[in-house]
Amino acid sequence: MLTLAHFITLGAVLFCIGVAGIFLNRKNVLILLMCIELMLLSVNMNFIAFSRFLDVLDGQVFVFFILTVAAAEAAIGLALLVVLFRNRRSISVEDISDLRG
Amino acid sequence: MPIIEIVFYLFSTVLVLSALSVITVGNPIHAVLFLILSFFSAACIWILLQAEFLAITLVLVYVGAVMVLFLFVVMMLDVNVTSVKEGFARYLPAGVLVALAMAVQLFLVIWTRGMETVPLPAAEEEGYSHTSMIGELLYTEYLYAFEIAAVLLLVAIIAAISLTHRRRPETKYQDPSRQVRVKRDERLRVIKMKSEGEDA
Repeated sequence: MLTLAHFITLGAVLFCIGVAGIFLNRKNVLILLMCIELMLLSVNMNFIAFSRFLDVLDGQVFVFFILTVAAAEAAIGLALLVVLFRNRRSISVEDISDLRG
Repeated sequence: MPIIEIVFYLFSTVLVLSALSVITVGNPIHAVLFLILSFFSAACIWILLQAEFLAITLVLVYVGAVMVLFLFVVMMLDVNVTSVKEGFARYLPAGVLVALAMAVQLFLVIWTRGMETVPLPAAEEEGYSHTSMIGELLYTEYLYAFEIAAVLLLVAIIAAISLTHRRRPETKYQDPSRQVRVKRDERLRVIKMKSEGEDA
């Protein structure tokens, strides 16, 4: 029998994969952006599951807004990435250390 | 086993495996393609949860626009694939440890708080449209948020264009501030001269 816990678990697994991806990919900012997309997808999955199981449609409206914000974020992130590559010929996270952080 | 469970387990397996591939393949083009596969499987699971409008939006807007933008940038950047894998093994223990710790915590919360006893509600009767219900909600209760989202998209367009725009020196363009600042004396010269008709 499918329960709420199944769908929330799927969201949790996706979120953990996204977090692990941010740790693992130190050489490529592009894949970091993709990991952020994965984490947003898992949040959307939770919203839709709760919306379905509680029978309240507001959750789906929230997913709609999250999709909008994520699209804007991806566009600006990719624009920043293009400018970064133009100036430094590299998109490795480890090369961006001018502030000695 | 009912068909709905088979569908759920099939698509969630594909989703998790393709998400794992996104973070491990290294080659950015393959990563984008696996991300597209995971978005498709997520859309299928959303249809299972009766969120048809959002599932179609995910495929059209995400796979159709955002992922194509990703692919476009990957092709344009010409990233060195061999150097991408470096440092992967070094950060593997830390990444796996953090992800596993988070997963264990989340599972403890999810499977001990009664969520596993909530069954899937019965499907709506035929003819019920979630899309029109969302539309009603969006244009009444969430109208201001909806318009702010539109403005946000405009901001994103302007930001992306102004970030990547390159000014070429050979291009001719107008400078409105100089045009407005101009004085009459710089453009107009009054000369005194004799009228030519009278002398003749």
